[in-house]
Amino acid sequence: MTVAPPSPAPLDADTLVTLLEERFGAGLALSREAPGLLVRVLDLSLLRALSKFLFWEAGGSFGGLIVEQRTSEWTLQYLFLLRRIGWVDVVVRAPLPQKNIPSIVAEVHAADWYEREAEDLFGVDFEGHPRLGDFILHNETWQEQIAPMRKAFNVNGHGFERKPDPEWRTTLVVQDPGSFAMPVGPVYEGGLGEPVHFLLETVGEDVIREVPRLFYKYRAVEKVAEGKSVPEVLLLAERFSATSAFAHSLAFCQAIENAAHVEIPRRASRLRVVLAELERLRHHAGAIEGICQSTALSVSEAHAAIIEEQLLRASGALTGHRYLFGLNTPGGLSRDFEETACRDLLRAIDDAGSELRTLEDRLRYSSSFLDRLEDVGAISRESARDLDLVGPVGRASGVARDLRKACPYASYSDYEFDVPRQEEGDGYARLRILFAEARESARLIHQAIESLEPGAISIPLDAPRSMVAFGWAEAPIGAALHGLRLDSEGLVERYRILTPSFRNWLGFHVAVEDFAFQDFPIILATFGLSVTECDR
Amino acid sequence: MSFWFWNGLRKGIQSTRYPKAPETAPGVTPGRPAATTFASSEDAARAAANCPVQAITAEGTEALVHLRTCIHCQRCRFGNPSTVHWINDFEWTQPPPTKSYEPLPRAFTRSLHIMVVDTGDCGACLHEIKQLNNPLYNLHRLGLFFTATPRTADVLLVVGPVSENMRGPLLKTYDAMPQPKRVVAVGACAITGGVFGRTFASAGGVGMVLPVDLEIPGNPPPPLAILHSLLVLTGRKSLEAGEPLLI
Repeated sequence: MTVAPPSPAPLDADTLVTLLEERFGAGLALSREAPGLLVRVLDLSLLRALSKFLFWEAGGSFGGLIVEQRTSEWTLQYLFLLRRIGWVDVVVRAPLPQKNIPSIVAEVHAADWYEREAEDLFGVDFEGHPRLGDFILHNETWQEQIAPMRKAFNVNGHGFERKPDPEWRTTLVVQDPGSFAMPVGPVYEGGLGEPVHFLLETVGEDVIREVPRLFYKYRAVEKVAEGKSVPEVLLLAERFSATSAFAHSLAFCQAIENAAHVEIPRRASRLRVVLAELERLRHHAGAIEGICQSTALSVSEAHAAIIEEQLLRASGALTGHRYLFGLNTPGGLSRDFEETACRDLLRAIDDAGSELRTLEDRLRYSSSFLDRLEDVGAISRESARDLDLVGPVGRASGVARDLRKACPYASYSDYEFDVPRQEEGDGYARLRILFAEARESARLIHQAIESLEPGAISIPLDAPRSMVAFGWAEAPIGAALHGLRLDSEGLVERYRILTPSFRNWLGFHVAVEDFAFQDFPIILATFGLSVTECDR
Repeated sequence: MSFWFWNGLRKGIQSTRYPKAPETAPGVTPGRPAATTFASSEDAARAAANCPVQAITAEGTEALVHLRTCIHCQRCRFGNPSTVHWINDFEWTQPPPTKSYEPLPRAFTRSLHIMVVDTGDCGACLHEIKQLNNPLYNLHRLGLFFTATPRTADVLLVVGPVSENMRGPLLKTYDAMPQPKRVVAVGACAITGGVFGRTFASAGGVGMVLPVDLEIPGNPPPPLAILHSLLVLTGRKSLEAGEPLLI
């Protein structure tokens, strides 16, 4: 396909509205709604052209797809994030018996897995999508006709029969003489790797094609949440992916706060920055450890591991939970921290910061280590933009999107920090991004703790009911978005989690293909993705 | 490149002295709620009502804690008037309620090979197991090793509520292990299904699929709690030590 260059200057909201009216006329209904623009697609045949316009010409990023089964219709929400405008929410409605929606994957490649997911779980068909079926519900375990996200499907699983398909086989694409496939997973590295299956197709040394098979950990979090109260779903929001538990609970709580139009106390929003950055710092220390481990440089691995464990202990000593569970509540935080505890945290952060600096210096002078990372698993800026990669992986390839800057939340707009960016897109660039972001996190924690003033840490919220809520946070791996619809009794009707790992796993194959087998674990480590965050 | 060698030496020994000496570094365990006697039975009832997973029950003025179901949300600890006691220990391992534990033969005392299967955990339990390889815990010094294949494994640590898609791989791994073998359910999700419960996509605990020999409560249990259970498996720690936990 032809790739239109992103527009040089970002549009403002008025220009965008004018342009949309010019191009699409009566096929769209536009309305300004916080936090951005709501676009209702009245003529379904315009959907593809509209997505192409928003993604390529207006230079937007794709946030994800939210499918809902309402009483008499499907609603599909395509989220785009545009600089200076915020979230552009493209809404498509289709009456219930209709199942065919035009696929936008030819225009927006990043939408690929979202459509496959919706097809597998809702049974909605996307016309023009090249590869549907056998995605989340593995065909060797489930019948193809099951659509668990439909309202009529019982979450307890009564009334459906498990009929695994014994004939199921993986599809191989490479058909050259002598070609073979090397399977990895789902239980590998003694089970210490998260369950995911890779099929590495090859004719010898280089991986020609890599097909990841995820969703071994699919626990149907979005379905389990339906019919539960907000405090119950909060438990799910922070427990489906522990390595970024605070970021996800933050996005969830901010969704409810945004919908209720409340501003949380300043002390709470500053402490949220402290905790979110503590989580990022710990996550990045762990990711660096993973990279050192993948190159078998044991001393550096031990060094990074000690830093990570010290940060886990600092989190535990400060909050009572090593993975920061149970802190966010809609309206603020569940507990306050004493000044001495904050000082202890700063000391731990400074220690971790100086240890990381030492480690980075040593790694930079270890040529055998650099040889394994440099020019390995490279993703060009065009590919990163095409697949709309997020987080450190995107930033290492020059796509510097960060929700902390793009749509500031908590008190991020009060502090100075940089979003590091590299252009090479190889494994070493991703490692440098991790070190640089860890430094910025430490800097943010310092600023946030120094700006703390005494005061309340939460405000009481009326029990939220009958609302559509949408919140976001920049998790350590990238942008995390949580969408929520509450019924008149305040119970969850639909809960949607859009995670950065889901997005970046889609781009993982680009980094692996054309590299040798022995680079595979290293590329996997430099991506630093979470399987549980993707699978939900 | 020789600087790595010297730097490794200069760091000295960082490992914990546990189990020879107690480990009390701050943050090494998140602690656990413990049985609490309140001034009135209303307070105890309020503490019980506050728990989202019914891990606290009120009996008169006393609030009892069932650690097996606790998901460590700390709602009984902060943000409400009826706070329960909190104890910073980590020796939580217990056999399942309906079963007594049978230790492994003596040959395993100083050589135990561990296999892990992640069946849908949130990443925390798996991460805490990985931390045992950390120099601060240094599993090898105790003759405990992670192994890459079930063929040489003596113990299967299972984390997560057993998702439908992982049921098959879990059973295959278990079947591939030689006798004698033991299964340990690590964390609240592996014990009861935790917040994911028992649904069409989650079996609601390892016990629904495999015979479980030991359970480690916690969400997640810290590395030392997992280490303690491995020591129990090899007969180097007895289950009777310490006060019994309600399950």
